[in-house]
Amino acid sequence: MSQKTIEAKKLKRIFGENIAVNDVSFDLHKGEVLGFLGPNGAGKSTTMRMITGNLAPTDGTAKICGVDIIEEPKRAKENIGYLPEMRPLYKEFTVNEYLRIAAEFHNVASKSINHAIEVAKEKCGLTHMSNRLIENLSNGYQQRVGIAQAIIHNPQIVILDEPTVGLDPIQIREIRSLIKEIGKEHSVILSTHILPEVEIVCDRVQIIDKGNLVFHGSIEDLKKQRRGNKIQVGMRNTPSLLTLKKYFDVTKIDHGQDGLKIVHFKNINFSLEEFVVAAVKHKWGLFHIAPHITSLEDTFVQLTKNEKVK
Amino acid sequence: MIYRIAKKELKSFFVTPMGWIILALITCAFGWNYFIGVNNYFEVMAGAIRPAERVGVTIYVGQTVYGAASFLMLFSVPMLSMRLISEERKQQTLPFLFTSPISITEIVLGKFFGLVLFLSIMVLYVFLMLTTLNIWADIDFGYLFANSFGLLLLVASFAAIGIYFSSLTSQPIIAAILSFIFAVTLFILERYFASQPNHWFSYISLMKHFQAFSRGVISSKDIIFFMLFISTFIVLTIRRLDSDRLSG
Repeated sequence: MSQKTIEAKKLKRIFGENIAVNDVSFDLHKGEVLGFLGPNGAGKSTTMRMITGNLAPTDGTAKICGVDIIEEPKRAKENIGYLPEMRPLYKEFTVNEYLRIAAEFHNVASKSINHAIEVAKEKCGLTHMSNRLIENLSNGYQQRVGIAQAIIHNPQIVILDEPTVGLDPIQIREIRSLIKEIGKEHSVILSTHILPEVEIVCDRVQIIDKGNLVFHGSIEDLKKQRRGNKIQVGMRNTPSLLTLKKYFDVTKIDHGQDGLKIVHFKNINFSLEEFVVAAVKHKWGLFHIAPHITSLEDTFVQLTKNEKVK
Repeated sequence: MIYRIAKKELKSFFVTPMGWIILALITCAFGWNYFIGVNNYFEVMAGAIRPAERVGVTIYVGQTVYGAASFLMLFSVPMLSMRLISEERKQQTLPFLFTSPISITEIVLGKFFGLVLFLSIMVLYVFLMLTTLNIWADIDFGYLFANSFGLLLLVASFAAIGIYFSSLTSQPIIAAILSFIFAVTLFILERYFASQPNHWFSYISLMKHFQAFSRGVISSKDIIFFMLFISTFIVLTIRRLDSDRLSG
């Protein structure tokens, strides 16, 4: 696969007696958008803080474009753009002034600073707000300034901690397409609570719970997890569970929405066709049949719950 | 990098009213002292009959102005330094600095020099104000220079104390109060130990070292004292910020 931009190995962080992040390892490649999911307090932000050099890991290493963040922080940090959960904005400055400071701090060559500011503003839709004080901007616009600050030096890796919080739906769509665009050339790590966002924007997903990685794979893998051994059926004469068991490996029938039933099979290798044939033959009055897709939320809850049971 | 941070801090002073208000108030206070000094000079000197009682105009006015300046700075530096780091903590902007390719040492030094640069504006115009005496008198520039240099070192020491206390808290006001109390204590320690001039408490009093400059004496001993004093607090601040990164 293509060039690795982040290589995190067994990152661990202990706060007092509390293990916030436990042996988290992952790679990020160029041109990839990685979604970082997890319930509150799972260790998402802690992991991000460690990768960006804001927090020293108790154990483990993180390499940014091959440069160790602990050994050579300055060189490593040149490749990172980071928007923390709390927007780090100097509200007494105007958008232009603030972005200039951000560009200077990130070693943007003085000749190209003006250009960099214009590009970042255009990408984030801030051009008409150039001379407004950040303090006076609405929440959504402040968030855009935060994103502009993270991409101004054209970094290899952009790390965004819940970037769409507080934006209106149109802005969210714009920001998502912006993230996708950045993801084409660079790598993006996106932490979010909004599950559909992950599906729309990310190539790969990582779910973290109580400091441990519980799922790590492509978005396709996650979708597969969602397609289970259940079907959703609507029948006028619903047979009893015992009757159904005569023909199929059914374990349970649940009541779904709108009078539909959810039939649980023992394993995934069942045939919808056979079910339809049987339904016609025994006059069950079948009028609706569809694979029952677990919502992303359910998958998420399952994944994070399983860990708790262990 | 240090320069860029200093520039940002300096800009920060001038985009908020705080910087302007303090500059205005201090200018007003200095001007008033200067005016009183010049006014009184003739009265006092007219009354001084013996030659030993007569002093030059530079020393007389200089003492009035610089004496007031050191006292005024004691109040104003904590007001200026309080926001340096505590405000960043409060507004959660420290990650912005920590994620930039800047070391913590550079951040602290940049902030420190930004403030010192701002304070040196005041020191400079006190100097310029006193040089206007040269229009009608022949003044002692060496004396003025020693005093300005001493004042700069003194305010830099206050700034170092200020930045350290600012790094301890996320409440600027608390930082201001703490650094004010601490600076006053160090400043006047000497008074309490007047009977024991060789006590080490008396030695660490900032006033004692400033007094040498205000007599017009630039001694390397005092310069080294101020330098050590400043570096101690800078190092403490760096360590404090570094422990943020280590312990979260």
